[in-house]
Amino acid sequence: MGDTMSSDTPHPVTRRQFASCTAAAAAGFLLTACGPRRLREVPKARLRSMLDDLEREYSKTYGKAVTVSDTPAADGVVFAYALDISRCIGCRRCVYACVDENNQSRDPQVHWIRVLSMDKERGIDFAHADAYYDAKEVPQDGHFYVPVACQQCRNPPCTKVCPVGATWAEKDGIVVIDYDWCIGCRCCMAACPYGARHFNWSDAGIPNEQVNPAMHYLGNRPRPRGVVEKCTFCIQRVRKGRYPACVEACPVGARKFGNLLDPESEIRYIIEHKRVLVLKEELNTMPKFFYFYGT
Amino acid sequence: MRGNAGYWAWVSLLLALIASGLLAYADQVTRGLGVTAMRDQVSWGFYIGNFTFLVGVAAAAVVLVIPAYVYGWRPIREIVIYGELLAVSAIVMCGLFVFVDVGRPDRVWHLAPLLGHLNFPSSLLAWDVLVLNLYFVVNFVVVTHILYRAYTGRHYSTRFVVPLVLLSIPMAVGIHTVTAFLYNGLAARPYWNSSILAPQFLASAFCSGPAILLIVLQLLRRFTSFELKNEAIWKIAELMAYAMFLNLFLHGAEAFKEYYSDTEHLLFTRYWYEGLGEHRTLVPYAWAALVLNAVAFVLFIVPATRRNWVTLNVGCVATYAGVYIEKGMGLIIPGLTPDTLGEIYVYYPTLAELRVAAGVFAVGFLVFTLMLKVAVPISLGEFQEAEVSGEGRHRAVAPAHG
Repeated sequence: MGDTMSSDTPHPVTRRQFASCTAAAAAGFLLTACGPRRLREVPKARLRSMLDDLEREYSKTYGKAVTVSDTPAADGVVFAYALDISRCIGCRRCVYACVDENNQSRDPQVHWIRVLSMDKERGIDFAHADAYYDAKEVPQDGHFYVPVACQQCRNPPCTKVCPVGATWAEKDGIVVIDYDWCIGCRCCMAACPYGARHFNWSDAGIPNEQVNPAMHYLGNRPRPRGVVEKCTFCIQRVRKGRYPACVEACPVGARKFGNLLDPESEIRYIIEHKRVLVLKEELNTMPKFFYFYGT
Repeated sequence: MRGNAGYWAWVSLLLALIASGLLAYADQVTRGLGVTAMRDQVSWGFYIGNFTFLVGVAAAAVVLVIPAYVYGWRPIREIVIYGELLAVSAIVMCGLFVFVDVGRPDRVWHLAPLLGHLNFPSSLLAWDVLVLNLYFVVNFVVVTHILYRAYTGRHYSTRFVVPLVLLSIPMAVGIHTVTAFLYNGLAARPYWNSSILAPQFLASAFCSGPAILLIVLQLLRRFTSFELKNEAIWKIAELMAYAMFLNLFLHGAEAFKEYYSDTEHLLFTRYWYEGLGEHRTLVPYAWAALVLNAVAFVLFIVPATRRNWVTLNVGCVATYAGVYIEKGMGLIIPGLTPDTLGEIYVYYPTLAELRVAAGVFAVGFLVFTLMLKVAVPISLGEFQEAEVSGEGRHRAVAPAHG
């Protein structure tokens, strides 16, 4: 059998064919491996060496040991969020915890979470919402508070419009941006119904001592000027089994987080037992950020 | 490239504006888009407004001169080439306006098919990049071919030009439709998310493109030996009246739907026409555009004012200004204000934005001027290869058939 096959080989590979195939393969490898690509296409081994370079660069820039993690999405996990509107007091601790955790610019200020003060009489009504309430004491009479950040849509308008594919939804449902591929056209900002995307109009101002050195390549590593950034559910924390920073910071326990696919999770309990709503449901974005009335 | 004092004064002015624009742009590149007044709430502004307006100019310039080829209507035929030159320079400006607007101009190659990653077909901006470039190439090739043949004293190849011009008709409609869809497809912005937007874009484009062309043609007729029958100009003005009627009608239809149904989406239309609370920045612009468009419509629909040079030119300027306001900032700013979370951020372009934009316009005008400088003598048969120029200075571009 083996003899027959070897003697019957109809087209033995010539040296010339072998050489051209090798050359083509090498060129292909160079294009995919060495050429500048979107991070989602970079082979695992090469990605790690690129991140090692980044770690060295950031450590030098900020004068402390920086790690850039590449923890991938785990199987059987889709992250979801829930926020208890009846508990939120509008203190904005979540906003600043987010800034600290995710290396957002302090000057100019970039906030991934906006806390909106709304009139109880009107219900959830963005046209009359106030993002700049300046209260000595919260909550104020007649008002309730709706913090809004990226809703991590299952049908995200932002990824669809990106002309260069620099933003996409990961397997665990987190919508991310490749800061090294974004051209800063801001189509995603026009497309997002939740004002969740933020542009780096100027260089980020972060004092060295305030830089959070535990970074993820799709999350809180420093963003260059001229690109868009957004909430990633603290990808650098949640992929290691921790809560997002805003969940930990909330003084009244209004923020809940977990795995949507786990029937035993708190998030599933809330969805199944509480009155749940999503923002702008008529737009069919299908957020994985649920608001509910816990009391 | 010779010219009189007026020509040199014009070119020097353009070069000065380009230099100022380059300096302002260099500053923008060094310091970031923060030198503009755009912010997260109003993330597109003056640059993208101008881009949108100029796509209309590019589209309309060619569509207007199509009758020459399709119906062989003689009086209009001689202006085909000028329409195409205008389209080419308008596309140049469109490209530049998008370029100065992106946050990372060094990464624009990411849009290049194969080299980068073009998110086609899902991103409408990817579509826009493709159709605008294709449209540019088609127009550029046609113009170059016609002029080269004219220069060598021959008639252009009908078998080559006519299919390309016929292709450029749906493409002209296509570039403006795709640009409209860029906004139209965004459900987050109710002001844009209206199925009437693309027809509105086309209607207003068929006013603004010809308005520029009419003035250019009159100037050419005055300062060169270029001949153009009055009937051609009046016919174009008449066509503009119909387009302007359609434009006004579509705006009315949209306003009716918003005001009568009075949903939460009325907010943006109200911000444009009435203002919201103390925020009334755009109101004067809205009414100015409406009045200018209405005046232009009346001037062009009445035969007496259409045929009077003073009122005709007043109508052209009114059209240009009206559509510029309505299609530029009047489309972008109320589309983004109030923002998706209800905040009103009042946007005014900064000096940096005005300088960069003036520079881009100057580049476009310079390209148009230089192309005219070459095209006019050639098409008039005044400038040909030595051996053919003797045997008959026939008008090489249009009327070679007879």
